[in-house]
Amino acid sequence: MTLQNIAMSTGFILILIGLYGAMTHKNILRMIVGFTIAGTGTNLVLIAVGYLPGRAAPILNAAVPIETASATIVDPVPQALVLTAIVIGLGVTALMLAFAYKIHATKGTLDISKLTDLKW
Amino acid sequence: MTKHMITFLLLLGIGAIFADLLTGFSADQNLNASAEFYATHTVSDTGAANIVTAIIVTFRGLDTLGEVTVLFLTAAIVALVLSGDMAGGFQVKPRRWPVGELLETGTRLLVPLIALFGAYVFINGHLTPGGGFQGGAILASAMLLMLLADPTRRFAHKTIARIESVSGLFYVFIGVLGLALAGGFLDNRILPLGDFGSLLSAGAIPLIYVLIGLKVGAEFSSIMTSLSESEDV
Repeated sequence: MTLQNIAMSTGFILILIGLYGAMTHKNILRMIVGFTIAGTGTNLVLIAVGYLPGRAAPILNAAVPIETASATIVDPVPQALVLTAIVIGLGVTALMLAFAYKIHATKGTLDISKLTDLKW
Repeated sequence: MTKHMITFLLLLGIGAIFADLLTGFSADQNLNASAEFYATHTVSDTGAANIVTAIIVTFRGLDTLGEVTVLFLTAAIVALVLSGDMAGGFQVKPRRWPVGELLETGTRLLVPLIALFGAYVFINGHLTPGGGFQGGAILASAMLLMLLADPTRRFAHKTIARIESVSGLFYVFIGVLGLALAGGFLDNRILPLGDFGSLLSAGAIPLIYVLIGLKVGAEFSSIMTSLSESEDV
């Protein structure tokens, strides 16, 4: 079991926990927490895929010289991708919270089984 | 009960896919072609020490502009969704319980330090781990601390909106300058690349990341103040 596999399986488990929480709970706030956990798991998996065993972070300095960079750094592309994903995830979470607030203000409940307007 | 069964079966299926991915995965020993390009060309093309920053600000700068736009849209939609409740939200209600001497005094001490750290993180984005998004989030956490210490506090929405739009405008302006003076939109070589590893190097990257930091900080603050002001109606 390498470091990479541990990080990747932790990410997969987090995704499953998050999806389980989002699908079984009826309270919207708990569903939002579930989605956030699943998003964190996705980021962890992406970072683990870009990791190369025994290499340094993609920041060049005296310890990681430019000449040998391609043999000493990990893949920088997934890291840039995850930075974007975290920011977008924050935006999605903020939107979900705003809508949850609005639902509570108009309906007086956060329980989705009591929101039956679209149910037939 | 059936619903829980369906959920369980669904998760079992997804788990099986993940297990298959995990067992079939073997770590690369070398960088792939695109990562190899970034590793060898970043310093000569952009002069940035942090390759992730070079990818985000220069190589994929247009995507970052789109990302900042998504954040702006989020802040705008949150403000719109909660705006009905904010119409009368500016009356300051009496505080329901005191927040405590410790938090109030600690806030006065920590807010300037946190703001300074946020500025440090986004100015050094091209040299150290960090950058505009992280620094902006740290700036917004200073605002959050102020809100925690005094939940009835009101920030000037106009100032936040002005910082946000001015930095966005300059961001696009620098991008267009790159089109006119250098190789393309958001090209950082409109300014000299400077000495590798010094603060004033990597062309326009520090400038762009300062603007992104201010913009992201303003957007996060706007989201937080919208949520906070709707709370006590």
